[in-house]
Amino acid sequence: MSAIHIHKLTKIYTIHERKAGVGAAVRGLLQRQKRDVRAVDAISFDVEQGEIVGFLGPNGAGKTTTLKMLSGLLYPTSGEISVLGFQPSRRQGDYLQQIALVMGQRNQLIWDIPAVDSYELFRAIYRLPADSYQRALDEMSDLLDIRDLIRKPVRNLSLGERMKCEIVGALLHQPKVLFLDEPTIGLDVTAQRRIREFIQTYNRRHNATVMLTSHYMADVEALAQRVVVIHHGKILFDGQLSRLVERFSPHKTLTVRSDADLGDLSAYGQVIQQNGSEATLRVLKNEIAAVTARLLANLSLTDLSVIDPPIEEVIEQVFNMPESAAVEA
Amino acid sequence: MTFYLNVYRVKIYNSIAAWSQYRVGMLIYTLGEMVEPIIYLSVWSAVAAARGGEVNGFTAGDFAAYFISATIVRHFTQIWHMYQYEGHIREGRLSMRLLRPVHPIHEDIGANVAYKMMMLLALVPTIILLALLFHPTFNTPLWAALAFIPALILAGVLAFLSGWALAMAAFWTTRIGAINQTYFTMMFFFSGQLAPLQLLPAVFQSAANALPFRWMLNFPVEVLRGQLTLNDVAGGLMAQGLWIVAALLAVRLLWTQGIKRYTAVGG
Repeated sequence: MSAIHIHKLTKIYTIHERKAGVGAAVRGLLQRQKRDVRAVDAISFDVEQGEIVGFLGPNGAGKTTTLKMLSGLLYPTSGEISVLGFQPSRRQGDYLQQIALVMGQRNQLIWDIPAVDSYELFRAIYRLPADSYQRALDEMSDLLDIRDLIRKPVRNLSLGERMKCEIVGALLHQPKVLFLDEPTIGLDVTAQRRIREFIQTYNRRHNATVMLTSHYMADVEALAQRVVVIHHGKILFDGQLSRLVERFSPHKTLTVRSDADLGDLSAYGQVIQQNGSEATLRVLKNEIAAVTARLLANLSLTDLSVIDPPIEEVIEQVFNMPESAAVEA
Repeated sequence: MTFYLNVYRVKIYNSIAAWSQYRVGMLIYTLGEMVEPIIYLSVWSAVAAARGGEVNGFTAGDFAAYFISATIVRHFTQIWHMYQYEGHIREGRLSMRLLRPVHPIHEDIGANVAYKMMMLLALVPTIILLALLFHPTFNTPLWAALAFIPALILAGVLAFLSGWALAMAAFWTTRIGAINQTYFTMMFFFSGQLAPLQLLPAVFQSAANALPFRWMLNFPVEVLRGQLTLNDVAGGLMAQGLWIVAALLAVRLLWTQGIKRYTAVGG
């Protein structure tokens, strides 16, 4: 049985629309215009225990709505959904005891008191025995280096420090399934890296299933063996990240350098940038070997490098695809 | 059971620790709790004096006993959660509580008890001050004084559950300020907060008997003043019990229906 199983999962919101202005507001008293928004439109996928899945999509794609349904916060409109054999919307105690949802912009910790006091409340709520609670707390405090921070009132912590404390608080009960919604948002590079390493270590040690959304490709590249791309509520891609790049970006970027002026390079590929002795070209993947050989033969180069386009470019291309182009790996 | 007691214990500790940071705020609440009964007592004492010493059987000393008892009861029936739920629901803050394997009501119970414990610091000097200023007359037999304890606890439970059921309105309408206002206005008249119910017109008294508010204030006050017979007290405790059952059913129904409508906005 998969850890997470969803089949034709749909969520439709009814929203009331109103234009700007007093006239529209007054008309709105008598007659409200409604519109149905298909935030999530018949999506299906399975995740096995221990997998880390990157859940990608532009803002408004349906990622957070899906995570909220998986964690039991929202009732689905239709479709099948099961996590660890439970129906999330029933929010049974045994289910909630095994999952965690961390939202980068939300706080669980009480503002005015040290994080460790909030942790005590979680310990009581999750019925954690003293020794396993202390062990989990020590292990995670060391991994994220927050031993000193947890004794300070949360309001005195910086954003990065607070997020680390929030994540530890969310995982004290050692959940088997983690839903992480933009956990590194707004954090500096070092903090992002620490949290990524922490998630990897947690996944390895506890064989935890992780579904992660992030707009930072570094998070996705470092953590996700598999990505699911969602847009307009539908799944556009589900598979290995490397295959996503292969499929949606048929080009590679080739950079050359020479002692002398390079001249006109348009015969070799699409010139993205050139200034005298340095140039960057975009070349189709299946032509890379031939183009490289010709460049080396015809020009005296001091340097040549071939790299994949930045993943952000690839993702942007995928996001710009129209609604009709749902593709599954 | 020990699970819930443990949760309450930690929640009470955390709440008191958090509120203790705001000493000026606490001081202002304290002064507010003191000022209200002083005003009521000053007014009603003046009315009694102007009417030749009593109003419908209430002497100045009776008024003092009534409003001092009411101050005690009002302390133990405090509830504010209906104001918080609008924010919790409208801004999606309820989500964090829904992720935890305990019903959100329990954290509110912990916070409510914490407030009542902490604000005893305000209640005790208030009662002493009022007693010194207004000389209450109590004719309370011992059995009535003891019966006051369950009457007070049941009043507190009923007030909490009614208020919590009211808070659920926030699932259906995004602005429940007006609903809260209506509730507290009805409480003001029909619980005996403004004046002893015996002094209100007959039609008000009939309405008060049909509503739950008198069981949250007027009834325990009259128990403490020793004004009720054993039968009345027993009947009153039962009425409180029945209203609590009704409130529990309302909470259950409104919660299960309301949570289906929750759209978990934000994040």
